Amino acid sequence: MKFPIYLDNHATTPMDPRVLEAMLPYFTEKFGNAASRNHAFGWEAEEGVETARKQIAKLIHADAKEIVFTSGATESNNLALKGVVEMYHEKGDHIITSSTEHRAVLDTAKTLETKRGVKVTYLPVDKFGMVNPEDVRNAITDKTILISIMFANNEIGTINPIKEIGKIAKEKGILFHCDATQGVGKVPINVQEMGIDLMSFSAHKIYGPKGIGALYVRKKNPRVRIAAQMDGGGHERGMRSGTLPVPLIVGFGKACELCEQEMAADAARLSVMRDRLHATITKALEEVYLNGHPTERLPHNLNISFAYVEGESLLMGCKEIALSSGSACTSATLEPSYVLRALGVGAELAHSSIRFGLGRFTLDEEVDYAAKKIIETVTKLREMSPLYEMAKEGIDLKTVQWAAH
Amino acid sequence: MAYSEKVVDHFNNPRNMGSFKKEEDGVGTGIVGAPECGDVMKLQIKVQNDTIVDAKFKTFGCGSAIASSSLATEWLKGKTVEEAGKIKNTDIVQELNLPPVKIHCSVLAEDAIKAALADYQKKADSK
Repeated sequence: MKFPIYLDNHATTPMDPRVLEAMLPYFTEKFGNAASRNHAFGWEAEEGVETARKQIAKLIHADAKEIVFTSGATESNNLALKGVVEMYHEKGDHIITSSTEHRAVLDTAKTLETKRGVKVTYLPVDKFGMVNPEDVRNAITDKTILISIMFANNEIGTINPIKEIGKIAKEKGILFHCDATQGVGKVPINVQEMGIDLMSFSAHKIYGPKGIGALYVRKKNPRVRIAAQMDGGGHERGMRSGTLPVPLIVGFGKACELCEQEMAADAARLSVMRDRLHATITKALEEVYLNGHPTERLPHNLNISFAYVEGESLLMGCKEIALSSGSACTSATLEPSYVLRALGVGAELAHSSIRFGLGRFTLDEEVDYAAKKIIETVTKLREMSPLYEMAKEGIDLKTVQWAAH
Repeated sequence: MAYSEKVVDHFNNPRNMGSFKKEEDGVGTGIVGAPECGDVMKLQIKVQNDTIVDAKFKTFGCGSAIASSSLATEWLKGKTVEEAGKIKNTDIVQELNLPPVKIHCSVLAEDAIKAALADYQKKADSK
């Protein structure tokens, strides 16, 4: 086993060696500009790009012409929201989104509120982190121009009822954008069946390179139009200017092709591994709470809170394992995860949360090591925790008058 | 963000971790912080003839909070009650090389010392 062990695959994934292999020629001998129409170098690069476009489109059941390349999902989210608001501002000024979206959606929505006077509804989620489609329906007004709901949450892995939301959007004739950064390549996504009009995703979450993402923009039923947010050469059907990073695009395409072939097997293997990790931990430790949905969740995600233990100290005790915590001990605000808070998880349990993100290259023995190490560290830190001591003495921590600081 | 060597050392080998019985003679207990803020420190001192002969801590919090309270117990031992009251959070920041974002951990440790001393004083006065 090699250390440190990487269990933070929601943050990013290692590149698949097969992806790197596909990319390499495009850095050197096939270096052309895909927009050069007059010579072989350009044609070769363009061919690489168009093959990738097809591979990407196939994974999500779209047409290759509907793929717009961006620098990543953050840009795709910005382009979708800002581009729709600018293009359709005469039709209305209302957007519906949810409180557990990624910051790239939430902060874009905030900017649209303050700079463009757009009205934004932030829908609540249930205790599992799921958006209720009926809430979407009830929030729609005659001024609503866009619904933006994430496919799966990056912290807790909960998968939203996208198909139902897409159906409501269609019924009401409102555009539906889906931030599917965590879902694409992990679970089957079909933009036709799910009624998605715009969809953001990126390569580095699916064993591809960093710095490349895509926005799916529906071409018919309805034909979606967005205003470009950057002026330039009018690449990508005028929606996103800038010379295409051909090697990254070729890698993105290869990564999608591999996901299409291996996604089902990866998901089956990882969900078994994830469930075993969860079972081993809950068997050994009391007061461990699952965050997110018990079944409607990404196959490689596990998010749990260990009562009486602060998350960052837990990570410090498991420093040979790369994990992530909802504790915000290092953030300037000292606020724990807004996602967990939106689920109604208490601040103390939000501070105690750990996210495990398994991936294509995660080994059984790594997960077993992680379980053992987590159990040891939680046990040690609980011995050190005044809260655990008080709870053991039968004191109800909720009735204690704390000196907040 | 990497932790300083001293923080890592206190975290891996906490000094004086544990508890005294609160009602025991000469014991002062300070509990500061709140679970929803992600830090709770319990610091206890045992005083004989105006001198702190022993100290213990338990902390729920990040590595820096654990290290700050562990260090505080080391410093408290052997000090008089008056000397103990003069320990400043800035001393802890300096000793542990805490970054700005972790200064609140040292503040909490100073508050815990003050709370333990006040509790000891209150118990002594009520006798």
